[in-house]
Amino acid sequence: MAKPIQLEINGKGYTVQCAPETPLLSALRDELGLTGTKYGCGEGQCGACTVLLSGTPRRSCQIPVSAAAAKPITTIEGLEKDGRLHPVQQAFLDAEAFQCAYCTSGMILSSVGLLSTNPNPSSADIVQFLQGNICRCGTHPRILDAVHQAAKTMRERAR
Amino acid sequence: MSGPCIKFEPEPERYEFRAGPTHHFDLARRDFFKFLGAGIAVFAVAKDSLAKQETAPTRGFHPEELPKDITAWLHVGEDGGVTAFTGKVEIGQNIRTALAQTVADELRVPFESVTMVTADTALTPFDFGTVGSRSMPTMSPQLRRVSAAARDLLVGAAAKEWNVAAEGLTAADGKVTNPATGRSFRYAELARGKTLAQNLPAEDPVTPANQWKIAGKPIPKKDGRAFVTGRHQYTPDMQRPGMLHGKVLRPPSFGATLTSFDAKAAQAMSGVVVVHDGDFIGATAANERDASKALEAIHAEWKEVPQTSSKELFSYLKQNAKAGGNDRSRRIKGSVEEGLSAAAHRLDATYTIAFIAHAPLEPRAALAEWSEGKLTVWTGSQRPFAVRDELANVFHISEDNVRVIVPDTGAAYGGKHTGDAALEAARLARAAGHPVKVVWTREEEFTWAYFRPAGVIEIKSGIAADGTLTAWEFHNYNSGMSAIETPYRAPNQHIEFHATESPLRSGSYRGLAATANFFAREGHMDDLARAAQEDPLEFRLKNLSEPRLRAVFEAAAKSFGWPRKKTLEGQGFGIAGGLEKGGYVATCAEVAVDRTSGGVRVVRITTAFECGAIVNPDGLRNQVIGANIQGLGGALFEAIEFENGRITNARFSGYRVPRFRDVPEIEAVLLDRKDLPSAGTGETPIMGVAPAVGNAIFDATGTRLRSLPMAPQGMPVAKT
Repeated sequence: MAKPIQLEINGKGYTVQCAPETPLLSALRDELGLTGTKYGCGEGQCGACTVLLSGTPRRSCQIPVSAAAAKPITTIEGLEKDGRLHPVQQAFLDAEAFQCAYCTSGMILSSVGLLSTNPNPSSADIVQFLQGNICRCGTHPRILDAVHQAAKTMRERAR
Repeated sequence: MSGPCIKFEPEPERYEFRAGPTHHFDLARRDFFKFLGAGIAVFAVAKDSLAKQETAPTRGFHPEELPKDITAWLHVGEDGGVTAFTGKVEIGQNIRTALAQTVADELRVPFESVTMVTADTALTPFDFGTVGSRSMPTMSPQLRRVSAAARDLLVGAAAKEWNVAAEGLTAADGKVTNPATGRSFRYAELARGKTLAQNLPAEDPVTPANQWKIAGKPIPKKDGRAFVTGRHQYTPDMQRPGMLHGKVLRPPSFGATLTSFDAKAAQAMSGVVVVHDGDFIGATAANERDASKALEAIHAEWKEVPQTSSKELFSYLKQNAKAGGNDRSRRIKGSVEEGLSAAAHRLDATYTIAFIAHAPLEPRAALAEWSEGKLTVWTGSQRPFAVRDELANVFHISEDNVRVIVPDTGAAYGGKHTGDAALEAARLARAAGHPVKVVWTREEEFTWAYFRPAGVIEIKSGIAADGTLTAWEFHNYNSGMSAIETPYRAPNQHIEFHATESPLRSGSYRGLAATANFFAREGHMDDLARAAQEDPLEFRLKNLSEPRLRAVFEAAAKSFGWPRKKTLEGQGFGIAGGLEKGGYVATCAEVAVDRTSGGVRVVRITTAFECGAIVNPDGLRNQVIGANIQGLGGALFEAIEFENGRITNARFSGYRVPRFRDVPEIEAVLLDRKDLPSAGTGETPIMGVAPAVGNAIFDATGTRLRSLPMAPQGMPVAKT
């Protein structure tokens, strides 16, 4: 019988009843209805399921829910604060850095993770960091622009 | 140069589904207004039925019935809000925004006041499908005419109120104004309390592109915020009360048939329902993992049959060509034999094209719900009405009892024409007595969807001493007829498509066979240019009359800086182009080939594209650049591998798609022809990429690569 597992997601506490080896992705989507995190491949190859675990971008399809217990988790639903978009979200929106947008949640979370450790990344840094995120529509140049713009906004706000 | 000349009527691409008859729509008028509230409504009707109505004693509607064969409609509500209905689907191509711009522009209302209702078989008029780059050339003019008619109605209503002639009144910004008095009515005021419906006049003048105010502008995507916040619900994100998750047991290989199975262990699992129907076995459970576990517990025996493998693919295609072409699959002009014997240079070459997968990031998915014999299905499909018909047929219920809704979908690229997941979900839901959601795994998506057809192309050609084409013989086996004709002047031609058996399930893909046919033709033209010792661009222009194609070649060359001198080791430049689906494209590419590692890097791409009047330059740029990036995958490394009826690389770890590191500097040069109707843009910009890159690799290395993908493992390393 599955034991309850405590999760801390976007600053709120949740309890899920599922087997400990259940991927975090399934717990988020199917148990908690947090469907902004997407399934794309189930093998950690596409980045659509990226969340921040203790601030670090991780592929939630590869993380057993038990390993995420009691660690702060950020999903796409947690970035907007009081109706105000996170600078990375705003930059993606302004640059229209998406087409079908199915990869967008993962791209945004990966970018937030990058900027938390590297506030002024070069294009090469961004390319390197987002190499594991697939965009099948080919919106890469705009995503690059959006991350640069978000970095700029965040540096200005931090001043 | 005489010979038989057979009239060539290219049949629609055989993998592109033919348009069926326009269907009837039976929403009664009172239901329509009950649904939308009072206001003003206008309906576009297919030409035939319009003609029929015009011969009837009274024009217009039967009092309680809407006209049949509606193709688009629009409603102006009492609050001034405009709702336009179309069966088209949003799959990332930004059609929702582009069509809303069209409506706002023609109706003279702010963009924000327009809501597009798309792809819901219960609410939107029949639509054949979002395929073949047809949305802009067909749906956009229809919505424009509907909008123009609604505007006329509103102006007429104002004229009646003021008791003046309609001619002197103007419509702008959601208002009708009388310039003589300065008085105006908002559309909301004019629509209030009315249930006024009108059929579309036969010919209604619409606003020419050079007077567009909202169309033609880079307006941001409608509902963009829902996508950056994760709020938008794609089909796999949807939930219904009591919903279960479904999984389907797949055969071990293509063509395998079920001989026996034992599902006792699965049936004994708590909350699991096993469904068996012919070769179909599926299971439902409270969550996806339990459904998967149930499948694992089913013991099934399958009879497998021998299957072709990718190693023998191209010989298989040649050997299994069906005999007996006809004038629908063949064009003969002049005599190729005479043209070849008159040539100063002759060239024979064979090209091969691998199967590739669409791999949309949102896999096929559907949620099905039965209620009192009626079926509702949410699914990501490019053809909701075809899926509705398929469901009605399979479950022996009338089309009226099936509703298919397509939420804005995580891409398709031609890969979502069918209703596979919808059928599976509906079958499971009926057996389980609950709504059921089926979401394909990535491996299922790579295996049980369909592929861009593989092909073999053979070309024989000749040029005269002055560099003009004397003969052009082109045979395409299996990959398809799109853009099979050459845009270059060739007095002697034999162009033929050969249908063959296909070892894998094949279907539409962005651009269909045009990428393959461009690749072979433009690579071949490049070799001919070398033989003639001419610059590849000059050689093409010498053999090309079509002014719109010349214009994109010249625009791409100018922006790219063609011709360029090589300044680096391993550097090369290539150019290619053509026309298809009303769009004209030319692409220049720069590559860098590392002679020691064999690595091929595309450094820079310039693509010039012309599709008539541009509706949304920002959306178009996104599409053109996206197509170029997607095209790099099929050009360089994407290929489906298969053996013994199994796909052996059915994962992103085994099937390489373009990623950030593969993306070159890309420039899109957009030619806006406001004097020409808008063509579709989703497909044609992909077509020049593979040949331009191939030509650049040849320029860099002297090696002509004639197989797509060209360099899955890089180039052969130079021998020293």
